[in-house]
Amino acid sequence: MSDASKEWPLWEVFVRGKGGLSHRHAGSVHAVDAKMALEHARDTYTRRMEGVSLWVLPSAQIVASDPGDAGALFEPAEDKVYRHPTFYKIPDGITHI
Amino acid sequence: MYTTDMTGKTKAEAVAEDPALIAAFEARVANDEFIEPKDWMPEAYRKTLVRQMSQHAHSEIVGMLPEGNWISRAPNLRRKAILLAKVQDEGGHGLYLYAAAETLGTSRDEMTEALLSGKAKYSTIFNYPTLTWADIGAIGWLVDGAAIMNQVPLQRTSYGPYARAMVRICKEESFHQRQGYEIMMHLAAGTPEQKRMAQDALNRWWWPSLMMFGPPDDKSPNTAQSMRWRIKRDTNDELRQKFVDITVPQAEAIGLTVPDPALKWNEERGAYDFGEVDWEEFAAVVRGEGPVTKERIQARQKAWDDGAWVRDAARVHAEKRAAAKLAAE
Amino acid sequence: MDAIATYALRLGDDSLILGQRLSEWCGHAPVIEVDLSLANVALDQIGQATHFLNLAGELEGKGRDGDALAFRRDVMDFTNCLLVEQPNGDFAQTIARQLLFSHYQELLFTALTGSKNATIAAIAAKAVKETSYHATLASDWVIRLGDGTNESKSRMIAGLDWMWRFADELFVMDDIDAAAMTAGVGVDKAALRAAWDARIDAVLAEATLSRPAPRRATTGGRNGRHSEHLGHLLSDMQFLQRAYPGATW
Repeated sequence: MSDASKEWPLWEVFVRGKGGLSHRHAGSVHAVDAKMALEHARDTYTRRMEGVSLWVLPSAQIVASDPGDAGALFEPAEDKVYRHPTFYKIPDGITHI
Repeated sequence: MYTTDMTGKTKAEAVAEDPALIAAFEARVANDEFIEPKDWMPEAYRKTLVRQMSQHAHSEIVGMLPEGNWISRAPNLRRKAILLAKVQDEGGHGLYLYAAAETLGTSRDEMTEALLSGKAKYSTIFNYPTLTWADIGAIGWLVDGAAIMNQVPLQRTSYGPYARAMVRICKEESFHQRQGYEIMMHLAAGTPEQKRMAQDALNRWWWPSLMMFGPPDDKSPNTAQSMRWRIKRDTNDELRQKFVDITVPQAEAIGLTVPDPALKWNEERGAYDFGEVDWEEFAAVVRGEGPVTKERIQARQKAWDDGAWVRDAARVHAEKRAAAKLAAE
Repeated sequence: MDAIATYALRLGDDSLILGQRLSEWCGHAPVIEVDLSLANVALDQIGQATHFLNLAGELEGKGRDGDALAFRRDVMDFTNCLLVEQPNGDFAQTIARQLLFSHYQELLFTALTGSKNATIAAIAAKAVKETSYHATLASDWVIRLGDGTNESKSRMIAGLDWMWRFADELFVMDDIDAAAMTAGVGVDKAALRAAWDARIDAVLAEATLSRPAPRRATTGGRNGRHSEHLGHLLSDMQFLQRAYPGATW
């Protein structure tokens, strides 16, 4: 049977597609340490010039919000339309605003 | 990317689950929303997905072997580089799919062991041998062609990590089918020996390719549930028909003959009528009685066993380094 | 072939044979990630081989291209070093070969970026980035295996022991090398040895491994005197071109 303590840990890989963009989640690799995780991320996720920079972090280190709390966390923002520029009526002819 | 629907004999077991949760889940899926790893999901959905994604991943990894068989013998430098890149892609795709399945709590090692023990299945197509260079063309053209038909709809599958893996895979695979057809084109237009090689490969790979879409709809009892869950988006027979309709003209265009005497254009249906797949053969290959099933599993087992000391060494090295770093602090 | 064409041919043959060897791993590596890494290295080598062999064919001027050179020469006409044709063995043996060769290749290509032959300089400029990664990858694995388990250490020692006799050949300067250097096309390979030694020693030290004992060098590859392994590699690689003469693919 597989021994979970022997399996290489899982790392999440984030790739910056080009300068100016933020890093975006690309997938995962197994690796024994950060150095190997970067090598595996490079060899797995940038074979087609997909990136100019990589982040890796142990999957176990990610803290995620609970889907059960989604209502409490995200729905209160729904009625705060005044945070969006289209909420405001500016007369025609007024520019640079 | 290669999926074969091998459901039909597995039944999702009934577990007592909150009907309200199930109803909410079904509504989300029906609404084409994505399900994410931490979301509540019915146990049967989780199990079906793990099975489907791991089968899919295994198919990629085992699928490296028949084509890998010709990397060392590719006929020129360009073909060698293309083939190596393609087989490498398949390894990458297996990796993406294992990772997607791992989000549901099954480790890659567990999945690997299920493959090696024969508990887990993979696409039947890879249990056929690659005998000549033309087989590399036929696999790219037919097998990848069939796979693309299976996988394009899966980019919209309900499970988020699976759908995202499929998007990446589909993007990367776009060259796979083309390179295969290009090989066949060259052979069909080449010397008589080359043309014979191409026709022979088509003869051998045609029917196994049709089997890749899985059993006929009336013998695929889980199809309805899988379609409702959006982990399958078209029926097996629909996709098979589509594949035949697209592929036959491609064969004709390069002067090759599809090995099916019953093949005939049906004006009324606007589609090809074609002969019956040998479902007995399909069932036998699913059972593990394919021509080279033993060789495929033996190769995977050998890679796994031979690699054990490497995996151990890297892990032990990292533990030593971590301990040394801790001691130094 | 004149000295400059032969010089390009040697560079191409090294990359070709190593790429062929590494591609044998595809589908069989210890984990999928490593499978992808090895295939990337192999693809880089095959790319370099294509460039260098095409150049050798052009310089020769007899209408042979890279494919003709790769697929229709016999053992005695191959000019790769003996190191790259050595069998993969276990993963440690493959990594030992990669360590010795990648550091050499990185140093060589770095020097060749200054070649007066613009094509060689351009190929080297691209390839030096590739080989720099290969050298890092190989070094990291030697360190992991050398300083891993008892088993991995003994396998790493055995792998290095197998490959060590072929290291000296990398730095041999013969008439072809001298002529290429005089023309400003080639570089002084012997002068790369000190930097190579320092790099290898540093990796071995970190891997808690000793440098293998000095031994009589086995050479001859540059002049077509190969090991038995190359013939088998070629019979595999060249099968289709030999079985179907004149066909295009």
